[in-house]
Amino acid sequence: MSSANAPIKEIGELPLAAEQYDFHRITEDVARITENPAPRGWWVLFLTALSLLGGLGLTLAYLFWKGIGAWGNNQPISWAWDITNFVWWVGIGHAGTLISAVLFLFRQKWRTSINRAAEAMTIFAVICALMFPGIHVGRVWLMYYPFPLPNSMGIWPNFKSPLLWDVFAVSTYFTVSLLFWFVGLIPDLATLRDRSKTKLRRMVYGAFALGWRGSNRHWQHYERAYLILAAISTPLVLSVHSVVSFDFATSVEPGWHTTIFPPYFVAGAIFSGFAMVLTLMLVVRVVFKLHGLITLKHIELMNKVILTTGTIVGYAYAMEFFIAWYSGNDYERYVFFVNRATGPYAWAYWTMILCNVISPQLFWKKSWRRSIPLTFVVSIFVNIGMWFERFVIIVTSLHRDFLPSSWGYFHPTPIDVMTYLGSFGLFFTLFCLFIRWIPVIAIAEVKGVLPAADPHHHEEHSHDDSHHEPAHGEASAEA
Amino acid sequence: MASANHESTVSTGEKKPVLMLAEFNTPGECLHAAEKVRDAGYARWDTHTPFPVHGMDGAMGLPDSKLGWIVAVMALTGFVSAAAMIWYMNVYDYPLIIGGKPPLALPSMAPVCFELTILFSAFGAVFGMFGLNKLPRHHHPIFYSDRFAAATDDKFFISIEVDDAKYDAKKTRALLESAKASHIEIIEEEVA
Repeated sequence: MSSANAPIKEIGELPLAAEQYDFHRITEDVARITENPAPRGWWVLFLTALSLLGGLGLTLAYLFWKGIGAWGNNQPISWAWDITNFVWWVGIGHAGTLISAVLFLFRQKWRTSINRAAEAMTIFAVICALMFPGIHVGRVWLMYYPFPLPNSMGIWPNFKSPLLWDVFAVSTYFTVSLLFWFVGLIPDLATLRDRSKTKLRRMVYGAFALGWRGSNRHWQHYERAYLILAAISTPLVLSVHSVVSFDFATSVEPGWHTTIFPPYFVAGAIFSGFAMVLTLMLVVRVVFKLHGLITLKHIELMNKVILTTGTIVGYAYAMEFFIAWYSGNDYERYVFFVNRATGPYAWAYWTMILCNVISPQLFWKKSWRRSIPLTFVVSIFVNIGMWFERFVIIVTSLHRDFLPSSWGYFHPTPIDVMTYLGSFGLFFTLFCLFIRWIPVIAIAEVKGVLPAADPHHHEEHSHDDSHHEPAHGEASAEA
Repeated sequence: MASANHESTVSTGEKKPVLMLAEFNTPGECLHAAEKVRDAGYARWDTHTPFPVHGMDGAMGLPDSKLGWIVAVMALTGFVSAAAMIWYMNVYDYPLIIGGKPPLALPSMAPVCFELTILFSAFGAVFGMFGLNKLPRHHHPIFYSDRFAAATDDKFFISIEVDDAKYDAKKTRALLESAKASHIEIIEEEVA
């Protein structure tokens, strides 16, 4: 092997970035997105998102004025789209952390070209998620209740409540994700600072780059910090969706009271998050022409994760039914076998099965995993399916509780619909601003995985600058 | 090869050299040059690369990062603070009996104790790293060099401080030249 980063061609490995990339070309291709005028596709997306965000503002103003009676929530369906959307958005965020932390610990170097965007997606998705419980409390000006602040009532939050655990889990998750993202950005912000043509850019990027000068004495602590952040983010991301699932699992509601929930929620979160990463990256690589950095290999690998987690989620659905039957509990059996599979919400249940369990199975075939149109369609299906999963869990379980006289059906109001669409406006506005002003690909990290980044790369090639493998016998003994 | 201090328009004071900056084209050349500088016994010097070069810590003879200890202390602080907070609020100051469980119910404390352990560790890792690296530091003489902008693009640098005990304008330059530096310059700073 000529270089630690070179692909092993004997086992069919492909390069992580297209062959024509050298250090400078990576800087150019990524930095130019923030320097050139935005392409038309960006403006279309940005203005659409901004309009939706404006709609969200108006909707929320109306909601605060009117109270959450403006939603379709009722008794017994006191949680509906608000909490569905919350869980859905948090779940989407999880893929970003999985890519940035878990794949880093497993030394999956292909993550470098997608981790920046995936981490940004995490942060924006968690912002959208946090909005929903925030507005669901109704009296938003009392939002400080869950925080352990001294107050004139002389009482404290109840630390035995899973909802309070959720406050700590999601806010910790947001803070740590933001820190992790910023640490990763520092060297790339320095790159933008050093390329700045205007004083304003140099000042703004320079301020955020903190005076980074690529010093190896700094890189040493930096890399250690990155490793530690990855190591603590891994249990964190597993804990966050586990804690979210406790909101349901610690209750005594049939359909919620299930020990399989924590791992099942985590797998579902990764599943939906990868789908969202794919949806976004397939668009970004076309709009900004990044085909050489986000290659078919990346798409294929992400599709493998979708296939795996989709299958785990399918297993969890089956196991819920099995345990309901095996428990011998009449209420459990009713909720799953009668109500969920054939009741008034059966349409939602079977939509979920089609999108989450069946559609990813297409990816067993290699050529289908590498098909861009199919990947795009399946990623949208999974996004829809995972929304329905949370809808099925929340609304189907609640709408027929223990007291048949209060059984009901949930009808969303236009305010429900507009709040959900508006959260897309918030997400895509933030995402558009991100791809326009912040390096969308981790420049320093991608450079670090090029074959030429290995200090011994050039020596063994002696006078040959090309990236070809030396013949078998030439492999140097001193390496 | 002279100073690249084009930025300063008013040169009132005297200038004195502060850094010798050598440029390299590949990570390998920079790494081997760093080994030579290390072996020559320099102490106040550094390498500057667009990405962390594998093996550079050894080539510079750097000891292991102490960051892990900072994070360990912060993790413990986070855990203890969370447990103490829950105990004070729900057991001591205003006991709450929920679900027939004792006020001090350890299983229900696990999630919040865990989250605060992680939160404090993350603060320790990020701000500890800033502290060890003495960042933010927006002003540094090395930025006077025009060529240094490439340190965040595709060039590799070694900087040796003039204050280093081993520094000698001729010998240090010869050492860097023998290590295949493609360009060497002296960075000067105005004496305040």
